Amino acid sequence: MIADGAGEDEEKWLAAGAAAFKQNAFYMQRAIDSNNLKDALKYSAQMLSELRTSKLSPHKYYDLYMRAFDELRKLEIFFMEETRRGCSVIELYELVQHAGNILPRLYLLCTAGSVYIRTKEAPAKEILKDLVEMCRGIQHPLRGLFLRSYLAQISRDKLPDIGSEYEGDADTVTDAVEFVLLNFTEMNKLWVRMQHQGPAREKEKREKERSELRDLVGKNLHVLSQLEGVDLEMYRDTVLPRVLEQIVNCRDEIAQYYLMDCIIQVFPDEYHLQTLDILLGACPQLQPSVDIMTVLSRLMERLSSYAALNTEVLPYFLQVEAFSKLNNAIGKVIEAQEDMPILSAVTLYSSLLKFTLHVHPDRLDYADQVLGSCIKQLSGKGKIHDTRATKELVTLLSAPLEKYNDVVIALKLTNYPLVLEYLDSENKRVMATVIIRSVMNNKTIIATAEKVEALLELIKGLISDLDEPQGLEVDEDDFKEEQNSVARLIQMLYSDDPEEMFKIISVLKKHFLTGGPKRLKFTIPALVVSALKLIRRLPEEGDNPFGKEASVSATKIFQFLNQIIEALPSAPSPDLAFRLYLQCAEAANKCDEEPIAYEFFTQAYILYEEEISDSKAQVTALQLIIGTLQRMHVFGVENRDTLTHKATGYSAKLLKKPDQCRAVYACSHLFWLEDHETIQDGERVLRCLKRALKIANSAQQMTSSARGSTGSVTLFIEILNKYLYFFEKGIPQITVESVESMIQLIRNEESLTSDPSAESFFASTLRFMEFQKQKGGAIGDRYEQIKV
Amino acid sequence: MVLVLALGDLHVPHRAADLPPKFKSMLVPGKIQHIICTGNLCIKEIHDYLKTICPDLHIVRGEFDDDARYPENKILTIGQFKLGLCHGHQVIPWGDLDSLAMLQRQLDVDILVTGHTHQFTAYKHEGGVVINPGSATGAYSSINQDVNPSFVLMDIDGLRVVVYVYELVDGEVKVDKIDFKKISTSNSAP
Repeated sequence: MIADGAGEDEEKWLAAGAAAFKQNAFYMQRAIDSNNLKDALKYSAQMLSELRTSKLSPHKYYDLYMRAFDELRKLEIFFMEETRRGCSVIELYELVQHAGNILPRLYLLCTAGSVYIRTKEAPAKEILKDLVEMCRGIQHPLRGLFLRSYLAQISRDKLPDIGSEYEGDADTVTDAVEFVLLNFTEMNKLWVRMQHQGPAREKEKREKERSELRDLVGKNLHVLSQLEGVDLEMYRDTVLPRVLEQIVNCRDEIAQYYLMDCIIQVFPDEYHLQTLDILLGACPQLQPSVDIMTVLSRLMERLSSYAALNTEVLPYFLQVEAFSKLNNAIGKVIEAQEDMPILSAVTLYSSLLKFTLHVHPDRLDYADQVLGSCIKQLSGKGKIHDTRATKELVTLLSAPLEKYNDVVIALKLTNYPLVLEYLDSENKRVMATVIIRSVMNNKTIIATAEKVEALLELIKGLISDLDEPQGLEVDEDDFKEEQNSVARLIQMLYSDDPEEMFKIISVLKKHFLTGGPKRLKFTIPALVVSALKLIRRLPEEGDNPFGKEASVSATKIFQFLNQIIEALPSAPSPDLAFRLYLQCAEAANKCDEEPIAYEFFTQAYILYEEEISDSKAQVTALQLIIGTLQRMHVFGVENRDTLTHKATGYSAKLLKKPDQCRAVYACSHLFWLEDHETIQDGERVLRCLKRALKIANSAQQMTSSARGSTGSVTLFIEILNKYLYFFEKGIPQITVESVESMIQLIRNEESLTSDPSAESFFASTLRFMEFQKQKGGAIGDRYEQIKV
Repeated sequence: MVLVLALGDLHVPHRAADLPPKFKSMLVPGKIQHIICTGNLCIKEIHDYLKTICPDLHIVRGEFDDDARYPENKILTIGQFKLGLCHGHQVIPWGDLDSLAMLQRQLDVDILVTGHTHQFTAYKHEGGVVINPGSATGAYSSINQDVNPSFVLMDIDGLRVVVYVYELVDGEVKVDKIDFKKISTSNSAP
């Protein structure tokens, strides 16, 4: 045995103890080998005395205990053999009690008791009862805990359970349960008391060590769950209330958390479902510091997977009102634990929401209730700033979207937008992105203005600048990506009914125009296209079988378009507005709306004149003007003249001569539309080409005087090609002579041979003419006249 | 054998949310050697997506593209073929084949690929081909009323190119094929 007060080196103590232990174990074995019961008892008692030490940490004590356990197995076998050899087990049971010290005595008594039960000379229940009572003799927490652990170990297979060979007459299972409960209760008390052993400064370390011993206590619950005799009734009426009583009364954070979790893990889900009241009733009574969130979350997880795997149990969930019980319990727990962090509260509701979405997918009202309860807890706390809590709130809000894959369902949850309010602007944007992604991935069509309104409410973090103090600046790329996702979303807002569709785009307009200018260039183009598509779908006028005055007309949508595009130049995106006006003009052209088309063109021209100043941007803009104007047939002579006149004027004013030249020859197409006899003015076509030629000439001269070299001949070849184009169309003003003189002009250019690309352009143009000649027919005849 | 994907006028996100899933499942990385894109993507995400299909990506600028790095025209040589690429809003009248043919002569290319009209066309003439792959998303167009999503795959093999057109009609992908053989001397300068 280890003497007190000798050094503090635990290793040394363990080594010394182990050496003494080993020696006595050796003598015990020798006594067993020579069938010497008296010596065997003596040396085993001496060996077990080593367990009386207070010097070892729980960890090291456990090592020692395990050695003792192995040795006691041998002793038990020896006892068993002794009884077979005629030694009375009753005597043996008496004999072991002669050991001088109480701890070895009780270990030996348990060992002999085990043999006693196996011989069945007395009912198991009585011996067990005797043993569990006798063990009260050890009140030292560590020693007592291990002794009882030993008792639990040896008794496991000897409980008078139903169907066990040790089952006695009537109702012995109650005795078995009673025995385990009693041992559990005592063990837990000892375990809890361990925290007070030793100096306060080592408390933290000690608590950690104590925590490592928790399975010794929890094992009892495991044994209970394995008993055949513990049916639902027994569990509900005896086991659970007694275990909970002990858990609540011990007032220990570690024990309460561990044991609650233990109950949930070891007993069947079916039992939990039927005893929810009792189990949940204990939760608010636990210490405020207990991590009840994890416990309840696990319970809900288990119940949801139970429901998922056994659909036939679903009626029971409704019958026992599992949902409302959980909802109430969570409310009470949060109330009881005043200091509960917001993260825990949100996590609890997040788990509850997952539970109800899983178990009761058809009960949307339940989901809404969860959100309602959550709001209740969050109210008065302002926006949440704890990042983990907000993350959890985003998880919570994402859950219904993930479950139903349909944002329309989330729109039915009246509390949904209210919960959203608790997110700060950054997380509102995160959530909005999640919502949009859900719509896009599931291709959900939002078909009414009312739903669109509700949806915009949910994603308003992306629609408008939130009235919050200027915090973090949003990264520009992120902003772009977000706004592009809003533009994508617009594709999903669609109704077949033109009137409803008009309402939808009106809702969008209202929100976009009030949402701050920097978003407009992303959202307005998509809205414009939405409106333009709607115009195409309108029934033709006079095509209304009901004779009803249609509330949506092309005119009305064109007004709408005008209003939204108007906002863009201030955005500032004049380039974009310019392009959209031209798109609208073309749509108005299709609808035969001359004044509207003219108005759109006017707007585009104004932007061209006032806002588009970059010379490269002007070139492109002018291409779009000419390209669009060329396609317009709605204009009467006067309007057309005004617009074409302007366009040719712009062309001649471009900065670079080659650009001027190309724009001017492109304008020739404005005066000759093949399908429109009213717009065929060969004179003006020729004038354009001549003007282009003149500009090409001056471009040529400019390069030669400025750079000392001849400029490119390419422009001339381009103009030749235009001549050929109109020549082929049979425009009388484009004569054979004019084509021939163009060819001559190009041939005379010295620079032709020094510019390979111009040379091959010219060659392929000549080849083209040859090809057309070979074609024969009217075109062939026409080309035949040209002498190359 | 070289596979060239030609597509354009996607107009994401203003006119379409994305490419049709059926197209996306066909356009897997590793099969296509070059992508030529007629422009109007209009956002970087689409550019990045195309890069994942094939890193050799050639894009010209559409009138709705913000990215100023895209050129107006591009000429590239693939095998025996010279390809010209241009969005097409610069060629007036829009979509006019005779005018496009002039651009083709100017660029001196065997195959000219343009977009802008959102209408698939493949047109053979005096030893050259003019192709418009249409709009890969079936985006709204003020030029054409009913736009089906379409793209073009060119299989270039020696002096032969087979042009496959994929068009999504009522949810089904339809494939058309046009054969074109280059006369080897037609393109060389005299």
